[in-house]
Amino acid sequence: MARLVVLGAGVAGHTTATFAKKWLGNGHEVVVVTPNSLWNWIPSNIWVGVGGMSKEDVVFPLAPVYQKAGIDFRQAKAVSIHPEGKDGSDTPYVTVEYTGQNKEGQTEEITYDYLVNATGPKLNFDATPGLGNGEGGIGSNTVSVCTADHAVHASQELKQVFEKAKRGERQKILVGTGHGMCTCQGAAFEYIHNIHHEAEKAGVRDNVDIKWISNEAFLGDFGMGGMHMKVNGYVVSSRIFAESLYTERNIPWIIGAHVNKIEEGKAHYELLDGSTGEEEFDFAMLIPPFAGAGMKAYDKAGEDITSKIFNPGGFMFVDGDYAPKPYDEWKAADWPRTYQNRDYKNIFAAGIAFAPPHIISKPAKSPNGTPINPTPPRTGMPSGIIGKAVAHSIVDLIKNGSSAHLHEASMAEMGAACVASAGKGLTGGQAAAMTIYPVVPDFDKYPGTGRDTEYTFGEIGLAGHWIKHILHHLFIWKAKLKPGWTLIPE
Amino acid sequence: MSVEENFAKNSEFNLSMVPSKFASFMRTCVIWQFIRFVAINLKMIIVVRKSH
Repeated sequence: MARLVVLGAGVAGHTTATFAKKWLGNGHEVVVVTPNSLWNWIPSNIWVGVGGMSKEDVVFPLAPVYQKAGIDFRQAKAVSIHPEGKDGSDTPYVTVEYTGQNKEGQTEEITYDYLVNATGPKLNFDATPGLGNGEGGIGSNTVSVCTADHAVHASQELKQVFEKAKRGERQKILVGTGHGMCTCQGAAFEYIHNIHHEAEKAGVRDNVDIKWISNEAFLGDFGMGGMHMKVNGYVVSSRIFAESLYTERNIPWIIGAHVNKIEEGKAHYELLDGSTGEEEFDFAMLIPPFAGAGMKAYDKAGEDITSKIFNPGGFMFVDGDYAPKPYDEWKAADWPRTYQNRDYKNIFAAGIAFAPPHIISKPAKSPNGTPINPTPPRTGMPSGIIGKAVAHSIVDLIKNGSSAHLHEASMAEMGAACVASAGKGLTGGQAAAMTIYPVVPDFDKYPGTGRDTEYTFGEIGLAGHWIKHILHHLFIWKAKLKPGWTLIPE
Repeated sequence: MSVEENFAKNSEFNLSMVPSKFASFMRTCVIWQFIRFVAINLKMIIVVRKSH
C-alpha cells in the first residue's frame, strides 16, 4: 500500500487528492493536510465582500467530504519536509502541527511515498508596512477579500462607508494591490466594479469617489502581460477594454504603483517613473503579495536544504527552466510540464505552490531599483488542471512503477476561462467573460500577440454574470463530490 | 447623465472609449444575453477541451 500526502486543500490540493483517491481506490492511502477546516470557493468571496453572499454560501466543512471519499484528513499545517528520512530510516516524511481536531499545537511526523505541495499562498501582508499587523495577519488600516472571513469584515466596513455617504459625507474608496510584486489583480478588479455596482444600487455613487491603484504597467495586464482579443473584426489589447470599463464607471486609476506604506486613511506609493505620492481613503481593499507557505526542508543528516527545494519566495522548484535570463530570451518552454520536483522525484507541487520560472508580464523597475510588476497568476482553472495532471502522474507511478509516463499540463500550452464579476444581479448583473489561450504567451508559435486570437476573447454583459453564478454552484457541487462531480471540468 | 461626460473628467478618460447607449443596453438585454450565454459557453467549452 502506497501513501500519498497532499499538503493543502485549495483548488489544486483538493483536485489532486480527490482524483487520486478515486483512481487509487482503497488499496492505497491518500492523506490531506490543511490548516483549514473549511473549503472556500474563493472567486465568490468578492460577493461576500459587498454583502451579496454570506460566508456560509462560499464555504463548507471538509471533514465529512473526505470521510465519504475515504481520504485521511488532518487539520494541521505543514512545517517541514524531510525527503530523505532521518537517522535510522530512509522513509521520507513531513512534520505537521495540528490546528484542529482537538489536537491544536501537537506535532506529528507523517511518512509518505509521494508528496504533493499544494499549500497555496501565504498572504504576505507584512511585506508592506501598515498593510499587515506585524504578526502575519491583516492590519487594521485596510480590508481584504482573500479569505471568507476577510470578505465578511470588508462587507461590514463597506456598509458603514455607504451609510456615511447616505448621510452626505463624501467617502473615498481605494482598491487594488498593496505592493509592487502582487498578483491577483483580477480579484481587485472584480471588487472595485462590484463596489461601484452596489454604490449605484444604494444610490450613493455620487457621494463616493472610487479609485484604482495597481502594480500593472497598464490597465488590463492582470499579471499575464495583458491579452489581445478579436472584437468586431479588430484584434484589440485588453488595455483598451479595461480603460473603457473604468472610464465608463468614472473610476480613475493609478498604475505602475508600488504601495510601500499604509497609514490610517493613507497609502504611500512609488511609481514606475520613480516619483512618489500618497492617496487618502476612508476604505481600502488592497491585495497583499503572495509568498510560499514557509515550510522548511531538511536532509537525512538534519541539514537545512530549504533553498534547494524552495525559491527565496518559498515556492517549490519543479521541472521548469529556472536559469536567469533576460526578458527577450524567455520561452514558453521555460514553464514546467510535469510539476515534479527537480531533486526528489516523489515530490510534486501544484497550483500557486510551484515556483514559476519567471513572471509573465514584462519586468519593470523604477529608477530607484524598485521592481514594480505583477507576478504570474496560477489560480483557478490552471490550478485545477495542474492538480489533476499531478494526481494522474502519481497514480500511474504507484500502479505502474517509476518508469510510468508523467502527465503534462504546461501553462504555456493550456488555456483558461475566466469570469470577472462587475456586479451581481439576476437581470442587472454583469461580468467580463474571457478565455485566453495559452495562459503563458508563446511568441514563437503566435508571433505578435503570443496567443491564439481564435481562442482568446472577452466580452462584458449579463451572460457573464449568469455563467459566474452557475460556476459558483457547479464548482461547490464538484468540490463536495456530489453525483457527477468528475464530469465537471476543472 | 451620459457616460460621455466622463471624457471631460481627466485626460486618461479622454483618451479612452465608452459604450454607446445601444451597447450598454445590449449588455443587460435578457434576450440578447441569452444568445450570448450560449455562444460564450460554447467558446469556453472549446478552450476547456483544448486545455485538458
